[in-house]
Amino acid sequence: MSAVSHALRPNPVERALRSGVILYVVVLVAVPLVGLVQFGLADGLATFWARAMSPVARAALWLALWSALLVGGINTLFGTATAWILVRYRLPGRALVSALVDLPLAVPTLVAGVMLATLYGPTSLVGTRLEAWGFEVVFARPGIVLALLFVTLPFVVRAVEPVLAELDPAEEEAAIVLGAGPVKTFRTVFLPAILPAALSGGIRSLGRALGEFGSVVVVAGNIPFETLTAPVFIFGEIESGAPRAAAATSTLLLLFALLVHAGARVLELRTGARHATR
Amino acid sequence: MQRVEPLGLSSLPTETTPLPPVSHSHTWASVGRAALIGAVLLYLAAVLVGPMAALLLETRSLGFGQALAAATSPAALGALWTSLLLVAIAVAANAVVGTCAAIAIVRHRFVGRGLVSALCDLPLAVSPVMIGLAFLLLVGEAGALAPILAAAGVKVVFSFPGLVIATLFVTLPYTVREVAYVLEEIGTSEEEAATTLGASPLQTFWRVTLPNIRVALGYGLLMTIARTLGEFGAVLVLGGSISGQTQTATTFIHDAIEERQLEGAYGMALVLAATSVALLLGLEWAKARRQAAHGKATA
Repeated sequence: MSAVSHALRPNPVERALRSGVILYVVVLVAVPLVGLVQFGLADGLATFWARAMSPVARAALWLALWSALLVGGINTLFGTATAWILVRYRLPGRALVSALVDLPLAVPTLVAGVMLATLYGPTSLVGTRLEAWGFEVVFARPGIVLALLFVTLPFVVRAVEPVLAELDPAEEEAAIVLGAGPVKTFRTVFLPAILPAALSGGIRSLGRALGEFGSVVVVAGNIPFETLTAPVFIFGEIESGAPRAAAATSTLLLLFALLVHAGARVLELRTGARHATR
Repeated sequence: MQRVEPLGLSSLPTETTPLPPVSHSHTWASVGRAALIGAVLLYLAAVLVGPMAALLLETRSLGFGQALAAATSPAALGALWTSLLLVAIAVAANAVVGTCAAIAIVRHRFVGRGLVSALCDLPLAVSPVMIGLAFLLLVGEAGALAPILAAAGVKVVFSFPGLVIATLFVTLPYTVREVAYVLEEIGTSEEEAATTLGASPLQTFWRVTLPNIRVALGYGLLMTIARTLGEFGAVLVLGGSISGQTQTATTFIHDAIEERQLEGAYGMALVLAATSVALLLGLEWAKARRQAAHGKATA
């Protein structure tokens, strides 16, 4: 109570609005998700585990995890590089590149999948060439990774960009005047500053990639044990009238996603606190 | 690497402090710079720009006219209309809910505040198909609420209300997050001043709070529109994509691909892509507005 001044203490109308909003959020988000987990665990832990670890389900879960990890890593590298050239270089068309980075936020993920299929699909311009070299993209695992990279592209860039922009130029100047080369300057001045942001962006993109459905379903081919990811597996189980198997995998995937996002949150809070005290 | 010439070097007593040689590392720096720019642009071309251009080229080879005709067929227009209806509902609901929830989370102190805040973020962490499944288990034929819904005569799954629920779930975070962020940033001093000067809570909201959160709310609503138009997994599971009833723009594309009707798929994909470019322009504008306001606030 002490943080709120007396003048802003909510009146009855505000209290009613607040209660309504809390009810809305709980009914819309908490109730269905709790119901889902409850349904997944309803027949006991052993049954739940047996369902979630059926060979097809396990392969789908592993594929989702591995591709999300790979995508998180690639994003951390290329996202940091993109933020770097956006902030530090005055390249022509900078505004266009900056807007392009945000585009995946606005493009429907299914449309992203369609776009990727038209470029890399087996009958497309690039796809036929790649296939001649013995390299399959669409209906194969590289297609999954490309789709996930498309939809998660902004995450690291938008996390690192403000940190780089607000960095005190005096630190960098000091390093150079003291004789540090470009590599050493980057390692000692820039890396400690941007690493938390780059990592949290990378982890967030990993978490987003874990559940991605629309873009993956178009380009993956969805072959069990080969290119079937966990979300597409869940969809298939729902369609074929096996909600218990779907709920088991959903529960596990939800747990992974929550752990990943909680990890990012902890990292952000810790580094944010350090930023504030500096 | 380019603009980092040490400041005021000419005024330094150079005879007493020998500076490190920087001339040969300068060329390496410019090579590294070019390589980095090249790598990033190549990456963006492979992941983003190339695929977009390919969709345009493929549609052209099918014929823009045919694609347009397929994207304006009665079924396609019905799907677009359903999507637009969902946009209207999502915008109206999230404008109110987002503002109220953000004010409650940032300005009020109550038990479970952290939990409510986390619940507002949760939809971003959940896979769309899971959302579909979760509501199917709740309001579907064998769901927990099925008897109540049957008694009331309401059909949720494979009908329009199912689409609405799925859309409201996935779009919840955007306005709440944006408005809460700005409310935290601006603090309470202006609102306190208004109250001290005798403004009623309603006056304070309309004249002080709302003008401050307007741009953030607009940004959140643009994201809401983009997400509503783009939502696929949850809407497919809960709605079932019945042509003329629960088919949305995205599920129309999905069905067109399944039926090998590429004109319709590419035509509708282009319509949605063009819409998203327009939305992106709005988002960039809101971002520029906010950065300008932020600069003014910190200056």
